[in-house]
Amino acid sequence: MSITIHARATKSTATEGFAMPEPVSEPQQSAVPLLSMRGTRKQFPGVLALDGVDFTLRAGEIHALMGENGAGKSTLIKVLTGVYPKDGGEALLEGRLWEAKSPGHAQQCGVSTVYQEVNLIPTLSVAENIFLGRQPGGARINWRAIKKGAEAALARLNLSIDVSRTLSSYSIAIRQMVAIARALDIQAKILILDEPTSSLDADEVARLFSVMRRLKDEGLGIIFVTHFLNQVFEVTDRITVLRNGRLVGEYETAALTRLELVARMLGKEVKDLEDAPRVQHAEEVRKEPMLRAHGVGRRNAVAPLDLELAPGEVMGLAGLLGSGRTETARLIFGADRLDCGAIEIDGKPVAISSPRKAIDNRLGFCPEDRKTEAIIPDLTVRENIILALQAGRGWRKRLSRKKQDELADHYIKALSIATPSPEQAVKNLSGGNQQKCILARWLASNPRLLILDEPTRGIDVGSRAEIERLILKLCDDGMAILMVSSELEELARLSHRVAVMRDREKIAELSGDAVTENGIMQAIGGAAS
Amino acid sequence: MSTTQGAASAIQPAPQKRKGPSPLLWPLAALALLLALNLAFTPGFFHVSVKDGRLFGSLIDVLNRAAPVMLLSLGMTLVIATRGVDLSVGAVMAITGALAAWLITTSHAGVPAVVCMALGLALVCGLWNGVLVAFLDIQPIVATLILMVAGRGIAQLITNGQIITFENPGMAFIGGGFFLGLPFPVTIVAVTLLITALLTRRTALGLFIESVGNNETASRYAGVNSAMVKVAVYAFCGLCAGLAGMIPMSDIKGADANNAGLYLELDAILSVVIGGTSLDGGRFQLVGSIIGALIIQTLTTTILSRGVQVEFTLVVKALVVLAVCLLQSEGFRQMAGRHFVRKAA
Repeated sequence: MSITIHARATKSTATEGFAMPEPVSEPQQSAVPLLSMRGTRKQFPGVLALDGVDFTLRAGEIHALMGENGAGKSTLIKVLTGVYPKDGGEALLEGRLWEAKSPGHAQQCGVSTVYQEVNLIPTLSVAENIFLGRQPGGARINWRAIKKGAEAALARLNLSIDVSRTLSSYSIAIRQMVAIARALDIQAKILILDEPTSSLDADEVARLFSVMRRLKDEGLGIIFVTHFLNQVFEVTDRITVLRNGRLVGEYETAALTRLELVARMLGKEVKDLEDAPRVQHAEEVRKEPMLRAHGVGRRNAVAPLDLELAPGEVMGLAGLLGSGRTETARLIFGADRLDCGAIEIDGKPVAISSPRKAIDNRLGFCPEDRKTEAIIPDLTVRENIILALQAGRGWRKRLSRKKQDELADHYIKALSIATPSPEQAVKNLSGGNQQKCILARWLASNPRLLILDEPTRGIDVGSRAEIERLILKLCDDGMAILMVSSELEELARLSHRVAVMRDREKIAELSGDAVTENGIMQAIGGAAS
Repeated sequence: MSTTQGAASAIQPAPQKRKGPSPLLWPLAALALLLALNLAFTPGFFHVSVKDGRLFGSLIDVLNRAAPVMLLSLGMTLVIATRGVDLSVGAVMAITGALAAWLITTSHAGVPAVVCMALGLALVCGLWNGVLVAFLDIQPIVATLILMVAGRGIAQLITNGQIITFENPGMAFIGGGFFLGLPFPVTIVAVTLLITALLTRRTALGLFIESVGNNETASRYAGVNSAMVKVAVYAFCGLCAGLAGMIPMSDIKGADANNAGLYLELDAILSVVIGGTSLDGGRFQLVGSIIGALIIQTLTTTILSRGVQVEFTLVVKALVVLAVCLLQSEGFRQMAGRHFVRKAA
């Protein structure tokens, strides 16, 4: 999370450069809102996750909660539903002071949550899942009552299925409906849907939306957390935007354009742009592309798209979280398999079916999640640095210890990795230095194309500038770089060209003078003007 | 820490080689303690006599008896380092013992050929486990449980349900012979340890095994062929089990499909854990596992020579193992350390 970078970004600086409608502060319409949270604060060690956030939910509305990673959406939900105790602020439920003591307590008070990963038990029947933990009828289970109750609960969602079959025999969409039916059957007043559509296809989404609209007409308040912009505009009445743990504002969906929403979610960088590394757009002499991807895509991840990368070029991949930018990077590296399309290197088709194959074609990849996908935590800095090179040589041709030490020393110096010794376990380094070790791992294997997914995330300002400078230097030396970043300002500074993703599709490619923070934001927002 | 200057000063010479205590410290301490107790309380435990150029005594006995578990623990160490486990090694011992005994009684093949065929079968068993784990993605416990259960059945099919006995001095030498004054199994262990150490530390295999065990996804993204690494360690573990199976078969001059290697997989796992290799995978300690096996055998021998009532032996064994595991546990040591400091203050 880029807390350090955004720390000074406040509500007022955020909207600079755009004519924005003021946040709605209408007179309280239906007297008492269903839920009203005031000044919610939540402190985690080292991070203020929620800093005085207000949130109001009215009966009979669908209310989107928007924000990038680390904005505080899920923390707010978890405070509301009693997963975390809050450190400050108060909540009024139907006008009465209220605090959820536990998720179970929240549910009893009518606040039900359906999570992204449906947390039901796939091996039990649909009916059992709906009634799990609250079976009617004392010690003896009344199966008939359960079956009837389950059917009634599903009928409310216009769903008629065999409730005695196991849950796992139904599609994800149906399981989602069952989860909602279970949530509603507990006399819910507030329904929280956390990323409910991320694993659904278009028809299933439409079905879910029709259910949501009906529930709204019944007077429920629905909180809808999603990354899909189009869906927000399709189904919600109001939008609350958070950024870095703070409230940006609450807006009527109808009064907001997509572009304005994007601008508010991303905020504007407060950063001294003068001495920040910047790519030279001056000489636009395009070289022959080294890598060409035609129509590469993967079901439920990325719609088919084209990409071209030339040596000495930084290509940015922009988009909001969940837009398919990470998925695209993973497809090119073979971390996920392509469903369709083809990749050519130097004009020759290559089958990149695994990371191993990608590396054989001299590709490198720094994944987004450094901890689980990049570092080998217990191994030393030296071992982490030589791993890719050694893997390329195979197990028999071991790099001599002398050679290993040389490589480690060289890269520790070249990238200024702050470590007491090359024999330090990499898990003991700071995030920025771990990232440099991963970069060193790839540099040691001498790639022609380096794919960087959020190379500067969670890294302090000093290391960040060093990594940015390194990226530009590598590209000067003739390496091709594909960089995913949620920091638009960084992308604009470092990229020769930027491919823009939205809702799992590549929607634009910017080059030359069009590569600006504003230009990228316009493209993500769909240039509604 | 992260400014350029800070980094630069951190890189300047200062190659402090200070590391934590060797991971072998605690297992060695436990073994030393056990031996010291014997020195104090078991008369004649350290007495070694020479007859016909051969060494005899309790210490030699410990080395000899621990040989099968030491062999198993070498293979098991590598498997556990990849975050797996192999429950089938005891059964593989029975299979190879049965095959070797059957071949030596029914065919005219010489001892080397028979041993090679038995080890070949052990390798196939290991490959089977490896393929189940690496390519079919079956959890190691379940995958190796298959062969653990089926293995003894296979061994009985080979021996036709009988205990096959043989008279063959060559075959009997493997478990009962002497080399350089020491029982031959000790030589087998020493050579296997040496080969394993060379194989893992002189090639890049050790690095790959540790990286796959520590973070498989990251290793795969760095280009390590994690499936092949896993197949290799299970195959090697099978081979070690086959080698271990030769010893009791040769020792009793027969193949007992029901009892050969029974429960030894558990002793092997215990040796590895006592030796300082974590079940979470990653760093592995070959010598540590050997020490672990020696601790277990010393304990057994001690209990027997102390004349402890048979009913108590397993309980005593469990207590000592518990103590060693607690010593190994970082969390426990810190807790105990804090307690000690508070008392002292």
